[in-house]
Amino acid sequence: MQRDRTKRSWGARIVILVPYLWLAVFFLAPFVIVLKISLSQSALAQPPYLPVFDLAAGWQGVTAFATQLSLDSFRLLGSDAIYLLSYLKSLQVAAISTALLFALGYPIAYGMARAPKAWQPALVMAVVLPFWTSFLIRIYAWINILQRDGLLNDVLMRMHVIDAPAAWLSSDTAIYIGVVYSYLPFMVLPLYASLEKMDESLLEAAADLGCPAWKAFWLITFPLSLPGAAAGALLSFIPIVGEFVIPDLLGGSESQMIGQTLWIEFFSNRDWPVASAIAVALLGLLLVPILFYERLQQRSLEGGSA
Amino acid sequence: MRRGPTSFNIVAVAIGLAFLYLPIVILVVYSFNASRLVTVWGGWSLAWYRELLHDEAILGAAWISLRVAALSATAATVLGTLAAVALTRMGRFRGRLLFSGMVYAPLVMPEVITGLSLLLLFVALDLDRGFWTVAVAHTTLTTCFVTVIVQSRLLDFDRTLEEAAMDLGCPPVKTFLTITLPLIVPAIAAGWMLAFSLSLDDLVIASFTTGPGATTLPIRIYSEVRLGVKPEINAICTIMIALVAAGTIASSLMAKRGASRRERAALGVQV
Repeated sequence: MQRDRTKRSWGARIVILVPYLWLAVFFLAPFVIVLKISLSQSALAQPPYLPVFDLAAGWQGVTAFATQLSLDSFRLLGSDAIYLLSYLKSLQVAAISTALLFALGYPIAYGMARAPKAWQPALVMAVVLPFWTSFLIRIYAWINILQRDGLLNDVLMRMHVIDAPAAWLSSDTAIYIGVVYSYLPFMVLPLYASLEKMDESLLEAAADLGCPAWKAFWLITFPLSLPGAAAGALLSFIPIVGEFVIPDLLGGSESQMIGQTLWIEFFSNRDWPVASAIAVALLGLLLVPILFYERLQQRSLEGGSA
Repeated sequence: MRRGPTSFNIVAVAIGLAFLYLPIVILVVYSFNASRLVTVWGGWSLAWYRELLHDEAILGAAWISLRVAALSATAATVLGTLAAVALTRMGRFRGRLLFSGMVYAPLVMPEVITGLSLLLLFVALDLDRGFWTVAVAHTTLTTCFVTVIVQSRLLDFDRTLEEAAMDLGCPPVKTFLTITLPLIVPAIAAGWMLAFSLSLDDLVIASFTTGPGATTLPIRIYSEVRLGVKPEINAICTIMIALVAAGTIASSLMAKRGASRRERAALGVQV
């Protein structure tokens, strides 16, 4: 339609430029600053890092600035086991949670796709609605249930499953419950979308040719739902790795996820360079999954044109 | 897929929905509990709602959150709609790959990273942190959600309407305003609502980018929750859930009515 680059109207330029500039200033540029501060040193100053970039000093200022940069923060990340352990813990929680989400989400999405057509919009809405209510509220709701004198212990003791109240809260179990609960719509909806648009005549053809239903599922339905599974897995895995609220409110104190470590370095220790270094390392860790996700989005939302 | 659901399918969906809704239902029910203890049911009561009315700190934080959410959702809707139009209607342009990369990345970017990086930007620019910095941060966070919603609507509908208008000499801006915009209004409205509720909900990014005098509701709730369960928190959470549920149901009814009107209009054109 409008392939002519030189004659693009002013209106069209504004349409592109306004969001472009906004995102460049408030999304892209900040990463450069994070990178810069991760190479700075912590200081008892306002802002609490050195060196501060001084444009007024001209070229000398730039060279002085460059010589003061250091890799100290990254060396600290490598030398202190607490950082490595929290990265590993984050990856572990994200990987196991994504597997749990898939195992739980697939039957739900499959059931939704096979429900009567008239019901499906309502079912989709039912899955989306909790996502619209506050994330913090939903995690908080689980504290009501999981705390020592909470509902779960109460119910289990009344049913004589356990004799004494068990410590559900402040444990990895609680983190997994919270994560799976919060991210379930992110897994179910892409899976449902790919299952719902599947061509049913494929299954009919398989049945006509004598293929048993379980085999048809395994050979036809499952492979066709894999793009949805990939989207759901990436939409869950990437943010879970950096999750802060869930492990902070539901998890125990013996081990931290990386989001918590970053938070503590920033808010409690006021060590901005180390917090930035953690962010840079975390971003590096997530770069490959994020690029995968970007390609998936571009393909599904731009009709493969990009 | 059209074959009927098996009992396994029904059980799976039922368990899934129960898992999603049970904690919320419990929270709502206990906000009306006269007893302070979660395990003791002391009868129905509005005591915690009354207490809430006198909690200046919570009410003040709620007011700030509502203003931040309204402002940032509106800005994000404008930016997000422009971005969606750029990505679906502008063909190729220089830097398109970077553009779409920046549009989609905030959807999955861990909030601690976005929050930290925005804060460092505000410090580098020497801006006073508070209401406006949180609003800018939330606009940046929620723009991508609006874009994705509007973009899928723009991809969905019949392009021949736009092309017909242009062929008949309608200028692009007028085509957009008279043909495209009315068709994507439901998606824009849904995008605004999602942006609003995400902003109202955000704890992490707001914690990084806020300053003195701009404590948002989630920051307030978070500091209370860390000290343990309080029935007043159940009450404020119930009010927020009720608002969101009412808004969502109203907007979906509106979208439904809009859709059937469009279908009738399309039929009328065919006849």
